[in-house]
Amino acid sequence: MTASRDELQSIARRVRRQVLRLSHRAGTPHLGSSLSCVDLVVAMYWGGWNLDPSALSAPSGDRFILSKGHAATTLYAALALRGYFPPDWLDRYAKPGSCLGEHPSPDVPGIDVATGSLGHGLPVGVGMALANRIQGRTGRVGVLMSDGECNEGTVWEAALWAPAQRLDRLVVLIDYNQWQATGRSNEVTALAPLAAKWQSFGWNAHEVDGHDLHQLADLLASVPDGSGQPTAVIAHTVKGKGVSFMEDDNNWHYRIPSDEELRRALAELEEP
Amino acid sequence: MRNAFADEITALADRDPRIVLLSGDIGNRLFNDFRDRHPDRFYNVGVAEADMIGIAAGLALNGFRPVVYTIASFAVYRAYEQIRVDLCYHDLPVLIVGVGSGLGYAANGPTHHSCEDLAVLRALPNMTLLCPCDAWELRSLLGEALQLPGPAYLRIGKKGEPLVHAARLPLRIGEAFPLRTGTDVAILCAGTLMPDALHAADGLAAAGISAAVYSVHTVKPLDEALLERAFREVKLVVTIEEHSRIGGLGGAVAEWKADHPEASARLLRLGTPDAFLHHSGEQEHARIAAGLTAEAFGGAIRAALG
Repeated sequence: MTASRDELQSIARRVRRQVLRLSHRAGTPHLGSSLSCVDLVVAMYWGGWNLDPSALSAPSGDRFILSKGHAATTLYAALALRGYFPPDWLDRYAKPGSCLGEHPSPDVPGIDVATGSLGHGLPVGVGMALANRIQGRTGRVGVLMSDGECNEGTVWEAALWAPAQRLDRLVVLIDYNQWQATGRSNEVTALAPLAAKWQSFGWNAHEVDGHDLHQLADLLASVPDGSGQPTAVIAHTVKGKGVSFMEDDNNWHYRIPSDEELRRALAELEEP
Repeated sequence: MRNAFADEITALADRDPRIVLLSGDIGNRLFNDFRDRHPDRFYNVGVAEADMIGIAAGLALNGFRPVVYTIASFAVYRAYEQIRVDLCYHDLPVLIVGVGSGLGYAANGPTHHSCEDLAVLRALPNMTLLCPCDAWELRSLLGEALQLPGPAYLRIGKKGEPLVHAARLPLRIGEAFPLRTGTDVAILCAGTLMPDALHAADGLAAAGISAAVYSVHTVKPLDEALLERAFREVKLVVTIEEHSRIGGLGGAVAEWKADHPEASARLLRLGTPDAFLHHSGEQEHARIAAGLTAEAFGGAIRAALG
């Protein structure tokens, strides 16, 4: 399903409002991390890829793995809006006994992989892309990772192997919001230049504005791009994007919004 | 045993198009036949064991039955978290084959020994642990393992393991195979020390001690019916494994015994000591150094009988 430019913006605002409400109501952290990847997730689910409940087993069905599992609220908001499960399930997010926990579980319709431990999504995505090729399926696989996640060795194990296998229907999206849990991601490790690293590993690396929904959708739609190589989207993002007093402030990695902060944030995200 | 594995998995893959074999850059010409016949179902993922498990999980999520092959120590220890999260938590039908388990790679030093693998895997929910005692058990268990709905670990030797059985035999996962009957002692052996366990039983017989011998080819789930019988019928139950005394078959049986106060027989756990085996030498030498010989077994059993 490809939405128009205005529709994409509106969906992204809706998802952001939902993410804020979920964090506030359940008292769960990772708000900054969830907000920075909203546009990536919206571009994935509404930007033209074959990702909807009916495509789950279709040969041309695409797959998405939220490897940065701590952004679960973003995924839940998108899946609910896309019709994978009833929206009222969100009322029970992080409540005792709910399948919508703080990290994604394969018990949830639309979620294939339990993430939460970083560095797992890409190897699994590689396996799915490989499976598709063996089975002659044309579906693509998208894996969304965080920049901090690129500290994990398994990311690079998979990054070395996918181009050797020419898995050109595999896309990695990196939510490059410049922060990880306790420091700037370019200071904790020598992460930059990140695009150059992926390019040197044999990927087609693209640097994009991670909040430009149309640019993201266009890029996703261009896969496979004919090069025979997998694609890495280095998405420059802002942690806490969408709420002025949260943007680029790493306190919002763990902090829960108060009633007043929620009210102010939602006011900024109203439909124009 | 690795040759038997390669031969059997190739034959199984001929019949089952879901089987995909992943290797961690090991098995020099071992899988040439498999590759020739099924080029799109064999992949060398390189020396990247954790990645290999993730790839296997992705394949399994798409309906394949992946088989992952590398040296036991690397298969289990290097990729333990992936085994736990990607395979066990998702309950995916991936078979991990650990070659040269225990002291199978003795000459390569402790970095290549795997005497803790059963201990760490046993604690994982949804995991099945298989320890064939020879190539015939391996062939049977391989076929059975590929019908399991969830993950499993097949702990095999490397090369030169003597045959215990005379031919292919039907085995059921979770049901130990009785090799000898006996009334004084029950020897429960998991894996390739079986010939030594049988020689020990011969020695005991010569001394007038009647020893039953079972191939406990499945360490998880335990054959509880066997344990109930054994602990009731004999004076001494002995576990033998090329694995630490901590946490393997012996550990599992000790846990079972603790849960069953009516299990009156004594338990003697024989395995490797809680120590690294520093000095070089082939498997035969390493087994001597670790006390894993028929003579050592016989001596320990007679001492335990008092």
